Amino acid sequence: MRTYLDFEKPIAELEGRIADLRQMDGETGVNVAEEIEKLQGKADSLLADAYSKLSRWQKAQVARHASRPHFADYVSQLVDDFTPLAGDRAFGEDSAILGGPARLRGRSVMLIGHEKGSDTAGRVEHNFGMARPEGYRKAMRLMDMAERFDMPVVTLVDTPGAYPGRGAEERGQAEAIASCTEKCLGLHAPLVSVIVGEGGSGGAVALAAANKVLMLEHSVYSVISPEGCASILWKDAAGKGENKAQDAAEAMRISAQDLLELGVIDSIIPEPVGGAHRDVRLTVERLGDAVESAIRELEHLSPDELKQQRRDKFLAIGRTGLA
Amino acid sequence: MSWLSNIPPGIKNIFKPKDDSSDTLWSKCPGCGEMIFQRDLDAAHQVCPSCDHHLALAPSERLALLYDDGAYEEIELPDPVTDPLKFRDEKKYADRLKENRRKTGQQDAMRAAYGTVDGVGVVAAIQNFKFMGGSMGMALGEAMLKAAEVAVEKRAPLVVFAASGGARMQEGILSLMQMPRTTIAVQMVKEAGLPYIVFLTNPTTGGVTASYAMLGDVNLAEPGALIGFAGPRVIEQTIREKLPEGFQRAEFLLEKGMVDMVVSRADMKSTLSKLIRLLIKERRQAAAALPAAADTHKPEAAPNANKKPAAKTKDAKKAPPLDKAAE
Ligand SMILES: [Zn+2]
Repeated sequence: MRTYLDFEKPIAELEGRIADLRQMDGETGVNVAEEIEKLQGKADSLLADAYSKLSRWQKAQVARHASRPHFADYVSQLVDDFTPLAGDRAFGEDSAILGGPARLRGRSVMLIGHEKGSDTAGRVEHNFGMARPEGYRKAMRLMDMAERFDMPVVTLVDTPGAYPGRGAEERGQAEAIASCTEKCLGLHAPLVSVIVGEGGSGGAVALAAANKVLMLEHSVYSVISPEGCASILWKDAAGKGENKAQDAAEAMRISAQDLLELGVIDSIIPEPVGGAHRDVRLTVERLGDAVESAIRELEHLSPDELKQQRRDKFLAIGRTGLA
Repeated sequence: MSWLSNIPPGIKNIFKPKDDSSDTLWSKCPGCGEMIFQRDLDAAHQVCPSCDHHLALAPSERLALLYDDGAYEEIELPDPVTDPLKFRDEKKYADRLKENRRKTGQQDAMRAAYGTVDGVGVVAAIQNFKFMGGSMGMALGEAMLKAAEVAVEKRAPLVVFAASGGARMQEGILSLMQMPRTTIAVQMVKEAGLPYIVFLTNPTTGGVTASYAMLGDVNLAEPGALIGFAGPRVIEQTIREKLPEGFQRAEFLLEKGMVDMVVSRADMKSTLSKLIRLLIKERRQAAAALPAAADTHKPEAAPNANKKPAAKTKDAKKAPPLDKAAE
C-alpha cells in the first residue's frame, strides 16, 4: 500500500482507478488497456507537475514520508560489509545514530547516520531518529577512528532534532552536540554529509559540519521545525488554533534549492519523479554517485588542507553571495 | 533551539523592562519576593542582599565589573547583511531589529571588548539577553569570530559571557550555521594555546549552549542560571511529566559534571583572574612581546588576521596598549 500525502490526492484517485481497472481486466476479460494507459499518462503528468513545484511545506512532508529511504536502505543498497559499531564507551548505545566501517564502491569509509525506523517498532527502537548524547559521542568515536585509519567519513542526516528528554539533558545534550560539531570541524579526514530527509537543527549540524554538504532534492534543513517556528513567532494565530507551519516553512526557506542559493550547501542530488520513495534504488544510486565524486574531489587534499577547506567553507557562509 | 520557547514565565519577568519601577526606589526580588532598596541592589551588582538571587546584569555593568578600573575598549564588530531572508512573521524582522537596537543601544546581541583584568589583557564577548533574547544570528557569529581574532592577535584569553535563548529563527538556516562558525572561533583561540573560558549566565539555552557556550577550557556558571539544550517547557511536553525543582540550573549542571564551578557575581573577577593567570603561558606572553617573525604559531589559527600583531608590552602585569583592532 502506497502512502499518499495530502497534495497527492488527485494522483491517489487516478492510481486507485487504475488499480480497479486492472483488477476488472483480469476478472471480466473486458479490454480496458486503453483506458488504463490514458489514466496512467494523466497520473504521471500530474505527479511530475506536482513535484516540479512543491512548496516548502510540501517538501517537508516529502522529506518526512514514511516510505522515504532511510539509513537502513542505504546500508543495504549502497555499501558492502557495513559493520555497525555500538556504544559511546561512557554511558550506553543510542540507535538513533548508527555507524561503522563499510565498503562504498570499493573504498573503505566510515558511514554514520540517523535512523528513523520504518515501522512502528523500528521508530520506537530508533527513537524517531532523535539522538541522545550517547549517539553524538559514538559518532565522535567513529570519526576519530576514521581519522586514524585514513578513511573518508560519510554522514547521512535525517532527524527531526536531538531528543529533548530529561536524561539527554542530564547527560549533557548541549555539550555532546557542541563537541561533535567541533570534532567534525577538526577532522583531518574527508567528511561528506548528505541531508537525506530532515535536517533538524543542532541535532543535524553536529553530523554535517562537513567538507561537502549535499542535499537530496526534496529534503529540508532548518534551524527549527516549521511547526516549532510557527508556534513561537505566529503566537496570535497559534492562540486562535491556526496552523501557520506553512508560512513558517516559506519564511525560513528550508528547501535544498534555498540552501544552495544561500551558499549553505554544495549541491543537490535529484530525486526520481514523485520523490525518493517512488524509486529507492535509483535514489540510492544517485546518492552513491554524488558521494563518490565528492570524495574523489577531496582525496587529493592533505589532512591539514582538508581541515582548512572545511573551515574556510563555513567561514565564507553569509560573507558572500547574500543580497 | 528557539529563543522564546525556552524561557519559563518566571524568567521573562526578570527581564521585563523596569519602566514602571525605575523611578521608584524599591525593587521586588524575583527570588524571595522581598522589596529591596534599589541603591542596595545596584551596589551589589543586581544580587539580592537577602537571598543572593542573581538578577540580570547589563553588559556595560558586567564589563565594568570585570575590567580594571572599569575601563575597556569596545572592539569594532563587522556588520554583516541584515535580514538576509527578508523574514516576516506577525511582525517584520527588520522592524524587530530596529526596535531592539533602539531599546538596547546595541547593533546586535553580542558586544566584544578588550581591557585588563588584574593587569592581564583579556578579550571578552558578551551577550545581551535584552536584544531579541540574546539570539544567535549572523552578527553574533561575526562578533565571536572577531573577538577570537583579536584574542589571537593580542595573545589574550577569550572570556565569553553567555546569555541566550538560542538561534535566531528569523535568519533561518544562516542562524543555524553560526553553530559551526562560532565553534571555529573557539578552535582558533584554543589552537593558539590561549585559554577559552565560558561564563554562563541566566538563561543560556538552545544552539548557543550546543556550540561555543559548552566548549570552554573552563565552564563557569552564575548561581541559579538556567542552562540547557531544550527549554524546560519543551522537555515537559516531550516526557509528559513535571521537571523537578532546580532542573537545568547551574548547581544541577555542576552536579552532572557539565560546568566546573558555580561562581557568585561577587567572585566573578577574582575567579577569572586567578584562572587566567594559572592557564596563560608565560612563554606566550613573552613571545607576544617579540616581533612577528618570532611567531611560530600555526598560521591556520587566524586565517582572517591579515593585520600585523599588535604592539605588546613586555610587562604582562602592565596594561598592554590598545591598538586599532580594539578601537
Ligand atoms: Zn531575594
